Amino acid sequence: MTEVVIAGIGQVPVGEHYNASLRGLALDAIELALRDAGGLRPDILYVANMLAPVISGQAHLGALIADFGGLVGIEAATIEAGGASGGAALRMGYLAIKAGQANAALVVGVEKITDQLGAGSEASQMLNVDSDYEAVQGMTPISQAAMLMRRYQYEYNPPRAAFGGFARVAHANAVSNPHAMYRSALSAEAYDQASVVSDPLNMFDVAPAADGAAAVLLARRDLLPQATHPLVRISGSSQASGRLALHDREDILDLEPARVSVERACRQAAIRPGEVDLFELYDSSSILAVLSLEAAGFAPHGQGWRLAQDGQLGLDGLLPISTFGGLKARGNPGGATGLYQAVEAALQLRGEAGKNQVPDAHRALIQCLGGPAANAVTHVLERT
Amino acid sequence: MEIPRHWRLKKQRYSLIGEVCPHCDAKLFPPRDICPHCGNEARTEYQFSGKGEVYSFTTIFDAPAGFENTVPYTVALVKLEEGPVVTAQLTDLGDQPVQIGMPVEMVTRRLRQDGDERGVILYGYKFRPLLAHATA
Repeated sequence: MTEVVIAGIGQVPVGEHYNASLRGLALDAIELALRDAGGLRPDILYVANMLAPVISGQAHLGALIADFGGLVGIEAATIEAGGASGGAALRMGYLAIKAGQANAALVVGVEKITDQLGAGSEASQMLNVDSDYEAVQGMTPISQAAMLMRRYQYEYNPPRAAFGGFARVAHANAVSNPHAMYRSALSAEAYDQASVVSDPLNMFDVAPAADGAAAVLLARRDLLPQATHPLVRISGSSQASGRLALHDREDILDLEPARVSVERACRQAAIRPGEVDLFELYDSSSILAVLSLEAAGFAPHGQGWRLAQDGQLGLDGLLPISTFGGLKARGNPGGATGLYQAVEAALQLRGEAGKNQVPDAHRALIQCLGGPAANAVTHVLERT
Repeated sequence: MEIPRHWRLKKQRYSLIGEVCPHCDAKLFPPRDICPHCGNEARTEYQFSGKGEVYSFTTIFDAPAGFENTVPYTVALVKLEEGPVVTAQLTDLGDQPVQIGMPVEMVTRRLRQDGDERGVILYGYKFRPLLAHATA
């Protein structure tokens, strides 16, 4: 069997890069990843992106990024799966190598949110909900999450402050991540007093949309020259889709695609989810962190909120999450988010996470979601 | 604005017309032509009563483009009495607090308006608290 490893990683700081362009951000991440891979060249380029056609008026990113990334002539295409675009592109790169169509596949995620501001930016986020039956009523991804949280509170009655634990874990880990957008700790008081965005969600329940780019170079293990750093292999990869609109789901609090993709990825890796050393989950909102933990089987339905109460999710805890700040504090650069998760997990497994290092990390679970899990992509990464 | 797109949805937007599955009798909204319950073809039109109850809801304070004039507004998941759940704004609330389980009924209201003065004004369903006389 072909073993697929992460030969190189690269990331730029997440934030508001008014001076940087879509292509410029992507190029920066690509250069870092190729350098990290020791000069290995890719046969295929997949670009993960969610909003460029609307926000930047730019489609056909495969050709654009290949052209301006110094890779003209390469097979290149854009991969889009909403917020799960990064994970979906990573999986496409993995599949291309597994299928024998490439020896090395470059996967770059890039998002340029700040090309539009205010109401226009909010409207672009609505592209990911059902246009005819949700967006037309003013529904946004944030309000979808708010609906989930309201229903969760109604059914399980957790203390309101419990949700703050997830944002606080994320912010604590972002303090020492130079690539994070918000490098500041969050107090329980600040969380409790935050203004409401879409009730019951407050400002700190929601991850900030931001600019960013991250890249990984995947390669066949047996073709790699002498590696200059520890290698990380992909031992499990799975994607599952579900109903797009919340109103079409049997049980809105059961993130079925997230559950199914974790089950499949872990089965492929021949592990149980509990055997991972860290979980980079999709905390675009605190309620999604809760529901993702429940879907992955780390807590029964209605109990996921308890995990953030007693330090279990911190870097030294039983199940570290969002180890570089997660979407909440590192920032959520749309289609690039899944690649940031891969880069961060690779740093952990290579033992290069610095102050963010999870002790003795050798296996990671990473997952990104499109919408409240209308799409879910899950990977298991392991140190070789 | 995309006039044909909204025109083609007029039965759904103005009259809450979905489908009923001739095989398992499931009521479907929005229409999807394939019954999600039994997997068979379901193209028979069915008009919903417009009565239901709030399943979940949120009030939005940061409005996307097209909704700036209505902020803050409340969107709900409304469970229709025939079974399906529909996403819709709540309206005519006055001082009444919204609660899960609150009975509501469909009304036709302005949904959104395009930015410029020649933009399309879009109408469709919203839900209001069930009026007392309607329960008689």
